Amino acid sequence: MRLIGLATFLFAFWLALSGHYTAFLVGAGLASAILCAIAARRVLPADSESQPLRLLVGTVTYYPWLLWEIVKSAWSVTKIIIDPRLPISPTMTRVSASQRTAAGIATYGNSITLTPGTLTVGVAGNQLLVHALTRDGALDLESGRMDRRVARFEGTA
Amino acid sequence: MALLIDIASGALIAGGCFFILVGAIGLVRMPDLYTRAHGTSVIDTLGAGLLILGLMLQAGWTLVTLKLLFVLAISFFTLPVVAHALAQAALHENVAPRLAEDRRQRALTDGAPVGKDGEP
Repeated sequence: MRLIGLATFLFAFWLALSGHYTAFLVGAGLASAILCAIAARRVLPADSESQPLRLLVGTVTYYPWLLWEIVKSAWSVTKIIIDPRLPISPTMTRVSASQRTAAGIATYGNSITLTPGTLTVGVAGNQLLVHALTRDGALDLESGRMDRRVARFEGTA
Repeated sequence: MALLIDIASGALIAGGCFFILVGAIGLVRMPDLYTRAHGTSVIDTLGAGLLILGLMLQAGWTLVTLKLLFVLAISFFTLPVVAHALAQAALHENVAPRLAEDRRQRALTDGAPVGKDGEP
């Protein structure tokens, strides 16, 4: 069943990228989609991470929020860069991730890095080592605002 | 209508170029490796994002727009991994960050209330 789902998805991906709909190319796409699905059967582990559809609900609420956070912090980093005094106060800090799964912690770490001004440098268990461009950025992360948001996103999966 | 779309996409592309320029300036102005990574993150996010959004408006409802969306989505998930790998490798090789404050040793108490200015 999952094999058919994967083959269908791969074939749709082929159709989207190809743009040439002659019988030969569509047939070749179908054949490679099925072959890839069969080949991937032994590679993909049978866990929830390979079924991202279940994350979809959280995705519609979490990513728009993250996008807005990114825009806000990209703008503040821009202001710092074009400020002649370059008002940075680099800070290293440690935050704990409250997510239960590896995928959840990875999402949190990725979100921190994706947001300009904060960078996940190291991960040990549920401890994230973070480099922030300003002290305020570090304190904002320590408050756990983003952590709770990611945990809620994970909870919907 | 076509004129409006051209104006909107032109503004988005110009905006993207502005943030790419800012990121490049940040890369030059920042004092050390870690802070330079923050400078370029403006390019990855607002720079590339606005630029691709502008290009999407030019392409309209075509397969090109879909492909641009893929480019955006893929960079969204891979660029932070690259930035993280770079910073971690630097730290691993003992490239010391220039810090105004080091809070690495702060005590972590799970779920404990946080003081009003962020002090645990």
